[in-house]
Amino acid sequence: MKREAKLDTELDATDRRLMVATQAGLPRVPRPYDALGDRLGMAPEEVLRRLQRMLDCGVIRRIGAVPNHYAIGYTANGMSVWDVDDSRVDALGAQVGALEFVTHCYRRPRRLPDWPYNLFAMVHSQNRDEVAARVAQIAALLGDACRTHDVLYSSAILKKTGLRIAG
Amino acid sequence: MREATASAATLDEIDRKLINALQGDFPLVPEPYRQVAETLGLSETELLRRLDSLLERRVLTRFGPMFQIERAGGAFVLAAMRVPEADFERVVAQVNAFPEVAHNYRREHALNMWFVLATATPQGIAEAIAAIEAATGLPVFAFPKEREYFVEMKLRA
Repeated sequence: MKREAKLDTELDATDRRLMVATQAGLPRVPRPYDALGDRLGMAPEEVLRRLQRMLDCGVIRRIGAVPNHYAIGYTANGMSVWDVDDSRVDALGAQVGALEFVTHCYRRPRRLPDWPYNLFAMVHSQNRDEVAARVAQIAALLGDACRTHDVLYSSAILKKTGLRIAG
Repeated sequence: MREATASAATLDEIDRKLINALQGDFPLVPEPYRQVAETLGLSETELLRRLDSLLERRVLTRFGPMFQIERAGGAFVLAAMRVPEADFERVVAQVNAFPEVAHNYRREHALNMWFVLATATPQGIAEAIAAIEAATGLPVFAFPKEREYFVEMKLRA
């Protein structure tokens, strides 16, 4: 987690109401923020101001569409996992995360002896061959800093409801 | 719940342009749909009609703000289990019954079940893990993130 994560992210009760009101989606009407304001008893300017503040402090990552990756043709999903030298993982993790085809990239703890991997990079693609080619690109980038790696393909989505907080 | 299996073939060129444009930053202005429609050479009505249709067909799973739950005081963690094949269906039902389980994927590995736990407080994670272990009789391996290098679920349609 980034260092600034704890700074200025206090949410008051009104922010939380706005969060609960929008986590299932934004109204699809010409003036969506007015519609939210009407529903919450808030001026539209207040809705915009609060959403902007939550964006600025990172409580909201972005406002936009989340595609079903299967429906738009990304049917292969490989979680690539890497055992990277601890002294180099942060510099290399940032480079792996910057690759255009990596959608998520994290450092996580190893679980020895079963799980030697400390770097996770999610790769979405049209098919497994393409995922494998992209994984090879990551391997080339990591070079001798990586001791071993694996790719865990998903074979079924068992549940997907998104992250929700209780209202 | 399984994702819909809408095929890519049902999307026309305008749908693709729209999906790509809407993955960017949606404007915080009084008439944001009109603003985006103008950049795409569409009418606002046409954009809203297509957006409704993409959501209805589950090509888009949602449209709106994406919250980073940790910055709102909540917590989430990636976790995995090694589930014997013979028990798989039973364990899926047990794990998915927990509202804290947000996504759950079957993956091809000895650790064959990978899910994300989301809770309103950081303490909730340990409680959820203990409850899942008790319900299933199997150990849960937690993989909390130590550092985030990149998260951006943007894919070109």
